[in-house]
Amino acid sequence: MSGYGGVSADLAAVEGRKHMNMDKVMTVICFILLLIIVVIPIFMIIYNAFFYEGKLEIKLFTEQLTEPNNLAAMWNTLKIAVFTTIFGTIMGVFYAWLLGRSDIPAKGLMRALFNIPYMFPPFLGAMAWDMMFNGRSGYINKLLRELFHLKAMPININSVWGIVFVEVSYYFPFVFMQVVSALERMDPTLEESARIAGARQRQVIWKITLPLVKPAISAGALLILTTSLAHFGVPAILGYAKRIYTLPTRIYEVIYNSGGSFDGIRQGAAISVMLVVVVSLALILQNRILASGSYDIIKGKSMRPTLIKLRGAKIPLLLLAILTLVMIVIVPLVMIVLISFLKAYGLPLKLENFTFAQYQKVFAANGTMASIRNSLFLSISAGIICMFLGTLIAYVVQKIKPRGSGVLEVLSMLPYAIPGTVLSIGVILAWSGRIAGINLYNTIWIILVAYLARYLSFSMKTSSAALLQVHSSLEEAARVCGASHTESLADVTLPLIRPAMVSGFFLIFLPAMREVTTSILLYGPYTRTLGVQIYSLRDAGMIPQAAALATVAIGIIIILNTIVTKITKDKKGV
Amino acid sequence: MGDQIVLNHVTKRFTTKTLGDIVAVDDFNLSVHEGECFSFLGPSGCGKSTTLRMIAGFEDLTEGEIELCGRLVSSSKKNLYVPPEERGLGMVFQAFAVWPHMNVFENVAFPLRIQKVNKTDIVKRVNEALHHTSLTGLEKVFPGDLSGGQQQRIALARAIVTNPKVMLLDEPLSNLDPKLRETMRFEIKALQRKFNFTIIFVTHDQSEAMAISDRMMVCDMGRIMQIDTPENLYNKPCNRFVHNFLGESTFINVVIKDGKVYPKGHTEQALDLRIPDDAADEMVVATRPNEIALTGPSVGGYKTHVEKRIFLTDRTEYLVPVGDQLLKVQTPHRVAFAQGEACSVHLVDPMWYPADDEAADKERARRQLF
Ligand SMILES: Nc1ncnc2c1ncn2[C@@H]1O[C@H](COP(=O)(O)OP(=O)(O)OP(=O)(O)O)[C@@H](O)[C@H]1O
Ligand SMILES: [Mg+2]
Repeated sequence: MSGYGGVSADLAAVEGRKHMNMDKVMTVICFILLLIIVVIPIFMIIYNAFFYEGKLEIKLFTEQLTEPNNLAAMWNTLKIAVFTTIFGTIMGVFYAWLLGRSDIPAKGLMRALFNIPYMFPPFLGAMAWDMMFNGRSGYINKLLRELFHLKAMPININSVWGIVFVEVSYYFPFVFMQVVSALERMDPTLEESARIAGARQRQVIWKITLPLVKPAISAGALLILTTSLAHFGVPAILGYAKRIYTLPTRIYEVIYNSGGSFDGIRQGAAISVMLVVVVSLALILQNRILASGSYDIIKGKSMRPTLIKLRGAKIPLLLLAILTLVMIVIVPLVMIVLISFLKAYGLPLKLENFTFAQYQKVFAANGTMASIRNSLFLSISAGIICMFLGTLIAYVVQKIKPRGSGVLEVLSMLPYAIPGTVLSIGVILAWSGRIAGINLYNTIWIILVAYLARYLSFSMKTSSAALLQVHSSLEEAARVCGASHTESLADVTLPLIRPAMVSGFFLIFLPAMREVTTSILLYGPYTRTLGVQIYSLRDAGMIPQAAALATVAIGIIIILNTIVTKITKDKKGV
Repeated sequence: MGDQIVLNHVTKRFTTKTLGDIVAVDDFNLSVHEGECFSFLGPSGCGKSTTLRMIAGFEDLTEGEIELCGRLVSSSKKNLYVPPEERGLGMVFQAFAVWPHMNVFENVAFPLRIQKVNKTDIVKRVNEALHHTSLTGLEKVFPGDLSGGQQQRIALARAIVTNPKVMLLDEPLSNLDPKLRETMRFEIKALQRKFNFTIIFVTHDQSEAMAISDRMMVCDMGRIMQIDTPENLYNKPCNRFVHNFLGESTFINVVIKDGKVYPKGHTEQALDLRIPDDAADEMVVATRPNEIALTGPSVGGYKTHVEKRIFLTDRTEYLVPVGDQLLKVQTPHRVAFAQGEACSVHLVDPMWYPADDEAADKERARRQLF
């Protein structure tokens, strides 16, 4: 690459000022945008946690740090995240191996099915599990109690372990997907030569296969860890009943209880700092434990791996895999749909208690359509803006490489490691009138700004990867043919990375559609998102209505996903 | 010398979605002797790797049996398959397959560790193997930092460290540059002399196979064409395919009428050839371009002219019409004919084969769809 630097410098000299200006303008725009979107909110959190009316004030922070509720929340957060990571990783690796290396039947179908838990919104899963195994009123709990004449409810999902269970169910695909693709790319003769060397199948798995996919495992595990640490939905739904808090739900609670007062938000900022510290510590720890190089396990020839014969274990393992899917996808789905038809929550699930009334009520309520519109608007605009902005930053970092491009990259990746709840507080602190009198509080724009910060890194990553593969000689070839800098960018580079940009868009659009963690702190009376609307309906005790809207939401997600797969299937990237 | 590897009626069929059934290996019968270097040679897709993988135990057999050192290791009828790790083989793969997460020493020590050899013996034997593959001094290096040739040596060292009786090599040199290939070829032969193992060597490079093997098997589309020494394969190829595959060939389709041989479709001038006893009416005559004599038209032989003259580095090539077919002739530079000049060709002792095999051509076309 560096060899071409000279050529482009020459071309720059030929075109002179015009070219330089264009690059400079793009660079400056990047810096300004990142300043507004990322730096200011983060700065505001730190400032407000430690300063009051311009003076350093540690009291607030130490108060919050020593508050027993916060410490308990911190402990829960850690416990949940660590166990979710451990179990999720084991489960992900196990199923990845099963589908990637064994002769289990119906592989293609199973692979597709195992991506579903990834698309299933975890907080809806939590809702369903709460309906079934709530420690006081869970339907299946009641059923079991009657069947076996028990005194107490047999299972209590409203516990730390319940939260871990639900999070594992929906987060294990992070590891699963990484490891499956690593296994597919891995040269099978690496494993075969170990067999020839005398190793039995089990020894090969432990000594060759697992060490070789370790980078993929640790990347997936890291994703589970950070996601779980920052996650709001599942602990909120399962934990509140038994007053089990994690840091994100604790932040929400503190702010909610204070009625959104400045004091409450400052307290939230202080707890946020704790959460950020926990996340950073976890990241460092994870790096230490799983530090490993990345190997070149991919070899040119695509070869078919020898599939390991499961023999007698084949049918039991197939059943186990199917059962897992049924448990984490079908059963919750059926439960939500059933409840959505109930006249009132708590009634037995009998035909005479079923009605369509909940759907009518939900859609008659004026917040519902608005929440769907809001979510569509927010996720489409966040997707489009991030797509262009992320590509712009990626282009500046990869191709223009100004002084400080490293800073740019770090700034754009920063929100990735910062929990959505924390980001929301920063956005509130920044844009509710304290800076330049701009007050976006209670408007949809404040949610959009938070989404931009949260999802920018997604599109920046995909565009970066694509740009890295567009060799600068391609653009230079266009320049030599007489195209100007702008023309070569528009005619050569952009078309080449367009597929990556499109997939960057969907990478943002889909999760934004079902998001709660960020918007739960930012919504105003007229700016509820779909996720917030479901959450508030449930919080207000209107569980069948919440279930009805959840059913609609899942329907929307399925339709959107089908469209996306259709679109992305016939697009080929660089 | 006993037979060390024996294949009896070995057949392997794959069922694919796109092409239906593919007979990758069709009724292979062969035996490889102890201490022999035996090559599998053939175009891509002819079933070389599949055969080797069946010998190694990675693939089941559709039909037939395989014996290694007198022991039955694979049998479709008895559904008996000794797993690869119990066959006591050494194997080197095309993509080297050295483990990137272990350094050179650990890579080579792995088979011994699995066998639970004691520590001092491991060090001794690994060092010995590294010595024989000229890797001494690189023990602590990770494969990612080594060249292709060095990585291939690690794979070799790892294969010889257990002292196997049989060594399977699947295109072990095809990822190396030509110079290095030649050196490695000699090193493999030297190791074989030293440790006296039997080699099965898979390649689609004919000169490599010729140079290294005692005997070789030429196959095409899952069928054995011929098994013989390199010399015999070159001098007495049993069919047109083998003739064409080894060395340069040129062919004339001929018809036999009234005891005379004519180029197909042209009965004006006969070719001066002795007709074999079992010849049919239509045949193919095959010979090597450099075994055809080219003379002035007055000397006899088949009278024709030079259609095209191509100057190659070490000889001159002429394309000479025989009937409406073009015959390829190669001569030393000193036999100089100009383009268009009249001349005579003399075929000396050519090989005779039956006329073209349409069934084989069809099958080849079907597979090429893949
Ligand atoms: N697992 C498999 N499933 C289906 N078809 C297969 C499988 N393995 C091999 N084949 C087919 O069997 C035939 C022989 O393959 P094989 O790999 O033995 O060829 P080869 O002689 O080693 O070729 P090459 O020189 O390209 O390595 C090919 O047509 C191939 O497509
Ligand atoms: Mg092969």
